[in-house]
Amino acid sequence: MHYDTLIIGAGLSGLAAGIRLAYYEQNVCVLERHTTIGGLNSFYRLRGRNHDVGLHAVTNYAPPGTKRGPLSKLLRQLRLSWDDFALCEQNGSAVAFPGVRLRFSNDFQLLQSEIEQAFPAQRENFSRLHQFILEFNELDLSQKAVSARETVAGFITDPLLCDMIFCPLMFYGSARADDMDLNQFVVMYKSIFLEGFGRPERGVRPIMKALVRQYKSLGGELKLRAGVSEIVIENGKAIGVRLDDGTELTADRILSSAGAVETASLCGQQVSAELASHQPGVVTFNEMIDVLDIDPQDLGHTETIIFFNQTEQFHYCQPEEPCDLRSGIICSPNNFQYGNRLEEGMIRITALANHNFWLSLDDEAYVREKQAWAERIREAALPYLPDYRPHIVDTDTFTPKTIRRFTGHVNGCVYGAPEKRLDGTTDIANLYLCGTDQGFLGIIGSMLSGITMANNHCMGI
Amino acid sequence: MSPAEIRQVIIDILEKIAPDEDLSSLNDEVAFREQMELDSMDFLDIVMELRKLYRIQIPEEDYHHLVTMKSTVDYLTPRLKDA
Repeated sequence: MHYDTLIIGAGLSGLAAGIRLAYYEQNVCVLERHTTIGGLNSFYRLRGRNHDVGLHAVTNYAPPGTKRGPLSKLLRQLRLSWDDFALCEQNGSAVAFPGVRLRFSNDFQLLQSEIEQAFPAQRENFSRLHQFILEFNELDLSQKAVSARETVAGFITDPLLCDMIFCPLMFYGSARADDMDLNQFVVMYKSIFLEGFGRPERGVRPIMKALVRQYKSLGGELKLRAGVSEIVIENGKAIGVRLDDGTELTADRILSSAGAVETASLCGQQVSAELASHQPGVVTFNEMIDVLDIDPQDLGHTETIIFFNQTEQFHYCQPEEPCDLRSGIICSPNNFQYGNRLEEGMIRITALANHNFWLSLDDEAYVREKQAWAERIREAALPYLPDYRPHIVDTDTFTPKTIRRFTGHVNGCVYGAPEKRLDGTTDIANLYLCGTDQGFLGIIGSMLSGITMANNHCMGI
Repeated sequence: MSPAEIRQVIIDILEKIAPDEDLSSLNDEVAFREQMELDSMDFLDIVMELRKLYRIQIPEEDYHHLVTMKSTVDYLTPRLKDA
């Protein structure tokens, strides 16, 4: 079977790319090894409950009808409506460090006034940083990686404020340890602090389902349980793929969301030296999801997301311990403005994890350690929450091992490789990257990644 | 197609690309970009929609003709006269 474009991976980026190509009447097929769609943002059912794999909140919130910004651009490009995602705004979130707490919401002025109060001496500096970010063109795909830490330190002279600004942006999108590319920093700053958080009442499901519905209605083909074992290359050009079951498919071009190193390893003997030289990421997480018999709001917990750090300096890197208990993210999916209440309470707590530890355990030790560390992660977060433990009715946990198993990402890294490939090209003709290793992150970012790479490389113009 | 029909085709495409825009007061002599939020992705869509509808290829060096409604219609009129 011959296709115009084959897409590896039925996550947000692959499906968004598929919609663009199917809309313009390409013969396109999305290949997914797993039994279901979603990739790093999938969903599952466990003991009678629906869970999201990764979703805390959708960043880049914009009210329906907004004409500018990433969310509006995305909906236009995919010919979807605001109702398809039905995002509800957050209640409000916070960055909590020892002795200082900065609240922020979808109204940027809250963060601004919190910073002015807590760091009066940095008022002018922050305002200059903000102006610099507004003028920065993060969509320029030709730019080189520059250290965001160094750039921000050129504006903000209080290291505590620097750390507090970086903390949520790193947690929600940095593949680099202890630093970010300036471009990623600007993307995350705008998407979190300027635009803000939203969530569909039913989590990531309606978003994924809207994508698949649109893709299929346009004639796109989706193959599940269809893992790609090899990208077939002839004379330096990608010409097709071989599937796990031996089936061969040919295509004019291939768009891979598998990751840079992961895609290189699919190129077999013809391995792309340049692509293979990319280092896989080392930043990843454990997350525990507690289901409660009470709405967290009834315990007095109304904040949507709390990014906390308990030490003087914020460390964003692979911990020596199995999980880093010094910092974390607390998310309550209940705390968005849905207009009504969710059926059950839920608290998700995330901590940096050491992938070497989690990937090396045998099955028995894995189950034991997973449970033990879930309890430690919860305890580390309790200073920021009412003690909800008597209300827990179920707990699920994921680790880097879970992520690797279901997404194939080396080291089980959620944000991919530290070095991004912004223009999506590889040194193999007709083979392109989209998704985490192209470099637009988050729910909206990953869809824009698929759209942009489809537009730039796959339209056959 | 007549220029008036081509104009309607462009309006239909713009409605698809930018459903949140009010096109009723569009000034044909003024750049689209000055009246609506359109970026390079949207202009690519105008080109692609025309290709999908009428199999017309617009080379990249001709994209600058698609600045205003008038310049777009002028550019397309000879190319779509038999469509």
